[in-house]
Amino acid sequence: MQLEALYVAQPALTAQAPILAIAVPLIGACAAALAPSGRAGWMISVVAAMVSAWMALAVAGEVMREGVILYQLGGFAPPAGIALRVDAMGALIALLIGAVGTLAAVFSGHSLAAEVRPEKHTLFQAGFLLAQAGMVGLVYTGDAFNAFVFLEVSSIGTYALVAAGERRDRRALPAAFNYLIMGTIGATFYVIGVGFLYGATGTLNMADMAARLGTLDQNAAVQAGFAFIVAGLGVKAAMFPLHGWLPGAYAHGPSLISLFLAATATKAAIYLMARFLFEVFPDGAAFGDMFLQWVLAPLGAAAVIVCSLQAVFARELRRMIAFSSVAQVGFIFLGFSLANASGLSAALFYMTAHGLMKAAMFMALGGLAISIGARRLEDFAGVAREAPWTAVAFGIGAASLVGTPLTMGFLAKWQIMEAALAGGRIWIFAVMAAGSVLTLVYVGRIIEVMFFREPAPGAPRAKESPVGVLVPLLILAGLSLWFGIDASLPQQLAQAGAASLFEVRP
Amino acid sequence: MSWIATHFNYVVVVILMMAGLFIVFSSGNLIKRMIGLALFQSSTALFYISFGKVSGGTAAITLDAQGAEGQALAAQLDPAYVAQFGVEGVVYSNPLPHVLILTAIVVGVATLAVGLAIAVRVRESYGTVESDEIDAVSRVAAEQAEPAP
Repeated sequence: MQLEALYVAQPALTAQAPILAIAVPLIGACAAALAPSGRAGWMISVVAAMVSAWMALAVAGEVMREGVILYQLGGFAPPAGIALRVDAMGALIALLIGAVGTLAAVFSGHSLAAEVRPEKHTLFQAGFLLAQAGMVGLVYTGDAFNAFVFLEVSSIGTYALVAAGERRDRRALPAAFNYLIMGTIGATFYVIGVGFLYGATGTLNMADMAARLGTLDQNAAVQAGFAFIVAGLGVKAAMFPLHGWLPGAYAHGPSLISLFLAATATKAAIYLMARFLFEVFPDGAAFGDMFLQWVLAPLGAAAVIVCSLQAVFARELRRMIAFSSVAQVGFIFLGFSLANASGLSAALFYMTAHGLMKAAMFMALGGLAISIGARRLEDFAGVAREAPWTAVAFGIGAASLVGTPLTMGFLAKWQIMEAALAGGRIWIFAVMAAGSVLTLVYVGRIIEVMFFREPAPGAPRAKESPVGVLVPLLILAGLSLWFGIDASLPQQLAQAGAASLFEVRP
Repeated sequence: MSWIATHFNYVVVVILMMAGLFIVFSSGNLIKRMIGLALFQSSTALFYISFGKVSGGTAAITLDAQGAEGQALAAQLDPAYVAQFGVEGVVYSNPLPHVLILTAIVVGVATLAVGLAIAVRVRESYGTVESDEIDAVSRVAAEQAEPAP
């Protein structure tokens, strides 16, 4: 499917699409908070998320036709005015956020009833829309300080959402608190870094900053700013070893949040880091290349090995998949560390693939949790018999995670490995292969329990997920398969995005 | 010594930042950790304000030298400075960092509110705000949930 030929909105609407993709969920959040019932809040949430996804699709088509979109807020031209700046990389991630957000909103209709206090449903939907608006804004903005504000808008939403899981599992509260502390420290580090860069360049517009930083790569303030920004975003992106907040938040929060955060929140932070690494900081600056080669690559490799092992030995199923998420972030960073267009494009494609497959896996677990409310791996024994469709969708997500051929995960992994080989980094290839084997070990454990084990006598019997869960779940699983066969839609955005960042950088 | 005198603000920023981070990581009490976090965020505010200051600069208000307000504002300036540069030549401090940090303070207050709200819920659910005791309760619960081997 070619995005160039995709016209999903009137030209006049498409021109306003970048701001609408942010503003609609933001207004929806206010409306949902005031909604008279949880049902009404849910409908607002679904509609707002859907409009945001639709606008993101319109933006993606426009970006493929016209190149970078510059949307001037209030008609003031940058660098003095604040602008939204969408390139193909941003369009891809926003599309992922929109798509997963819409499916998650549909799914929330059933999962919230089982997991969150009824009187909190409207506020929960408000927080969810706030998180979505913040993430899309973070991806679209062209202003370094606005990115911080959007980052915090989405984070404050997600802190509250994780804490809302306390009805079913009260460990959600300390997990949310820990997430808040770590997340705020990360965001504050980012602000300090932006302060250094502003002090050195006198601008906050990222494109303008990139132009002015060109000759400043020996400047100590720029280097300090770089360190603060990368460390701060590293916390938000769950870069090993700054990922301590993630397993608790994913394992104890409501299922909706596990799936939404796993698919989008870390991706948005990784996206912003890529934006700084490859666009803002000076071309070929010694400290940038040194960071990629000597910090990001080893940390990525360590994440792949250590967190995959932690996943192998985890007892709670959702914690296992949460550790797997940190390991997958490691794969993405290994792609970044190649510092060339093919590595970045492969990493972007991997981000999309991982978002879709993890969303499918967490959503399947959420669907099962409605009937059995289980946490430990053993509780899921034999669920495939009672809930075949849910189990199959989980299996497709898991197959994509391992990298089985004909799934999106296979293409994504193969692209990074191919880029590593082309770049002469055999060790990255080896780490990825080892990581895939470890993934197979823990995924194999889950599949064995789910599909081939007898349910324990007396254990609660799983039920097939309700239609409201099954439809978004099968769409997610179907996308993982569809893009495994015909990956042209995410692929063209990933390649165009990577190419545009590297054309200025030989 | 003179370095400290010229970079006094930044020295304070670093001390505040380190003190805040130390409290966040060393304390087990959730409320104290939030206080540490607030201190840490405040250091950023001081940092932004400090680098926005231009030596000899005044508030960024355009002076109309002939107007009454301009006269009043000019009267507050250092007379020697006005005598040297005239009211039109007055240098302003950079207002943008102030505006930025105003936003960051609002974000910080929101975070603080959410954090304290979660701490209240922790207290309701666990009966304590000490991390050690919360961990102990969670561990006991986890062991009870495990079936006997």
